[in-house]
Amino acid sequence: MKITVLQIVSLTIVVLSLGSLSAQQQQALHADARKKIAASAQPMTPAAPDPGEQKFQANCGRCHTAPEQISPRIAGTVLRHMRVRASLSAEDERDILRYLAP
Amino acid sequence: MLLGLLLLLGTSALPAQNVPVISGGLGFLESKNNGAYQFQPVVTPQFTSPIGKDLLFESRFYLGEGVARKDGTTGPYQGTFFKFTEYLQLDYIATSHITFVAGRFLTPFGTYNERLSPIWIQNLQDSPLIVPIGDPDGSSDGAMVRGVVFSKPTVQVNYLAYFSVPTSNSQFLSSRAAGDRIDLYFPRTRVEIGNSYTRLLQGTQTNSIGTHFWWQPWRFPLQVRSEYAHGPHAQGYWMESTYRLSQWRGQDSLVGRLEPVFRMQQTFRNSPGPGDGLPSASTQQADFGFVYHLPHETRFSSSYALKFSTAGNANIWDMSLTYRFLFPAWRGHQ
Repeated sequence: MKITVLQIVSLTIVVLSLGSLSAQQQQALHADARKKIAASAQPMTPAAPDPGEQKFQANCGRCHTAPEQISPRIAGTVLRHMRVRASLSAEDERDILRYLAP
Repeated sequence: MLLGLLLLLGTSALPAQNVPVISGGLGFLESKNNGAYQFQPVVTPQFTSPIGKDLLFESRFYLGEGVARKDGTTGPYQGTFFKFTEYLQLDYIATSHITFVAGRFLTPFGTYNERLSPIWIQNLQDSPLIVPIGDPDGSSDGAMVRGVVFSKPTVQVNYLAYFSVPTSNSQFLSSRAAGDRIDLYFPRTRVEIGNSYTRLLQGTQTNSIGTHFWWQPWRFPLQVRSEYAHGPHAQGYWMESTYRLSQWRGQDSLVGRLEPVFRMQQTFRNSPGPGDGLPSASTQQADFGFVYHLPHETRFSSSYALKFSTAGNANIWDMSLTYRFLFPAWRGHQ
C-alpha cells in the first residue's frame, strides 16, 4: 500500500495536537506534586520515611520511571490503573495516592 | 453507546483526583536490518476513566505507518498503515484482593507483554524473541481475575487467572485459551520471581510455561530482568540489564541521563511452528544499546544487535525517539 498524503497529514495533525495539548496541561501542574515526583525518581533505600514513596518505588518503579510531572486531578485515576496493573492492595493505593496528591 | 452512558454517569460524580486521563506514547522508530531500512512513526493513545467507585475503563491503541523499500534494499519506499487495539477492558475492583477484568486485555504471559511493551517503557526497540510464546496475538478477549494474595513488608504475592475466546476480527484477534500467573516479590531486596502457564484450547491443544526473575537493588540504579519460556515448538530465554549513570552528579546531569542497556537472548527451535511468531531456526542474539533520558518525558535510544542463526546472520541497528504524554481528558473539579 502506498503512503497517501491524507495519512501523512493525519498523523502529523495527531502528533502536533497531542504535543500542544500536553504542553498546555503541563503549565497547570501542581508544584508540590512536581517536586515529589521528581524526588521519587531518585534511587532510595527501603528505610525511606514516607511509606507512599517507598511503595511507589517498590511497585510502579519496577517497570518504568516516574513521570516528571503529574496533575493532582488525575492522580486518583492513575493510581486506580496501577492498582489493577500492579495488583496493588487497597492500603498501598491509599498510601501512594496520599504521597502523590496529599 | 451503553459504555458512553456509563462513562457519563460514572464520571459525573467522581472526586477531584479522578478525572479521566489521556496518556500514551509518540515515537519515531528507525531500524536497519542487514542493510534494509525501515521507518515507523507510531502513536499509542491510551484512555483511562474511573466509573463510580469501583470500576475502571481502560483502552490502548497502536497506530503506525511502516515505511520501507519495496524490495528490501532496493526499489521505492512504500508505507503500510497499521492499527490495532491492544486492550479495551473494564475492571471491577471487587475487594482489596480481587479485581475482575472483562473485555480485551494484554495476555499476561510472562512479564514483557503486559509490563514492558509500551514504547515509552521499553529499553530496546525490538521485543525479545520469545515474547510470542504463550500467545502470538499479544492480546486476549475474555475475562480475568487478578489481585494480591497478601502484601507484607517482606513479601508480596500476586496472582491472576484468565480465559479467552476465539475471535477472528482483525482488530480483536484472540484464541481460545486459559492461563495463570503467580508472582512473588520481596520488597527489601527488590527481587521478583514468577511463573506463567497457558493452555491453548483450540486445534491441537498445547501448553506453554514461563518463568521470570527480576532484580532491582535499592542501593544503585541497576535493573536485571530475565525470562524463560517453553512452548510447543520452541523454547528460549532473554536477560536484560540496565544501569543508569545517575550516581554521577545525579540523574539530571549530562551523564546521569544515560542508561546503557545489554540484552542476551537465545531461542531453540524444537519443531517447525508456522505462524507462531518465533524465529524459524535456533537463534542467538546480543543487543548493546543505551537510553538517553531527555527532559520533558522524551527518550532517545539506540542499539546494535548481532544475530546468529542457521537461517542467516544479521546486523541490526535501531534508533528511536519517544515521548510520553499524560494529561487530564478535561478540566474536572478544581
